[in-house]
Amino acid sequence: MAEHQHAHVEHPDMYDPESSKIGMWLFIFTELLLFGGLFIVYSVYRYMNPDAFHLAAEELNTFIGAFNTVILLVSSMTIAMSTTALQKGHKKVAIALVVITFIIGIGFLVNKYFEWGIKFSHGIWPGSEQMLNEMSQGEILFFGLYFVMTGLHALHIIVGLIIMGFAIKGVANGKVNAKRPSLLDNCGLYWHLVDLIWIFLFPLFYLIH
Amino acid sequence: MSEDKHHHIVPYRLYVIVLVALLVLTFASIGITSIELGEFTVAAALLFAVVKSVLVLTYFMHLKYDKPYIKLMVAFVFAIFVVVIVITFLDYLYRV
Repeated sequence: MAEHQHAHVEHPDMYDPESSKIGMWLFIFTELLLFGGLFIVYSVYRYMNPDAFHLAAEELNTFIGAFNTVILLVSSMTIAMSTTALQKGHKKVAIALVVITFIIGIGFLVNKYFEWGIKFSHGIWPGSEQMLNEMSQGEILFFGLYFVMTGLHALHIIVGLIIMGFAIKGVANGKVNAKRPSLLDNCGLYWHLVDLIWIFLFPLFYLIH
Repeated sequence: MSEDKHHHIVPYRLYVIVLVALLVLTFASIGITSIELGEFTVAAALLFAVVKSVLVLTYFMHLKYDKPYIKLMVAFVFAIFVVVIVITFLDYLYRV
């Protein structure tokens, strides 16, 4: 292997959009099953504690949940549009659309911060004294699942933002372009996955009461 | 890479239409769950979520324009998930 001996030899072009796409989908499958497992835990505990889940869900603010749903759906559209812009050769539009998506993602996290902050100020967090002393087993399960599932989802938002950072850099320096869009495509797929999970989290936690 | 030449460019307009549909479905699901439907509330909320996720998968995630084997893989994973749910609930519903 000559490449190992001479540091300056160019690497062969390994760009393969189809493999990249399959790889991304396989990763998405693992994510779906990760959240899927949590959804099954949720549905079984809900089945066993219907009244407690009903009561506990009243504590959640439907407005803030709906607002986050709307902005996340809009952000999904903007990142999907950035791929179209890139394919049309509109580099600046593509960058602007990813930046808009990034800002909306930050907005989602800010809302989440205030939402969790309100819960904390009411003495509700995993293992808090109020939860352990005043809540029933079912309510503790509800809030435990609420914090774990929305927390894990928020973690995915943060990862999505980091990937967007790489996508913006790639489009800006021309390494991601109309002929090599995979990084932006996969960034979009990941962000849609985050959206997809929220589509189920929102009704299960905020709407069913 | 012949496939690159045939790469489908989705028009902006279609994405806007899909977004509008998703927003309408979101508000419809908020509306319908605010009515007291008893046991059907969960079913209604999930039905709306399923329709929304199909829209996201088909258009935003590009499955409509992908090769059949990718669609099959995605369908297969969701089928596995549904089977696991069914088996889990067969267990819980019929426990003595």
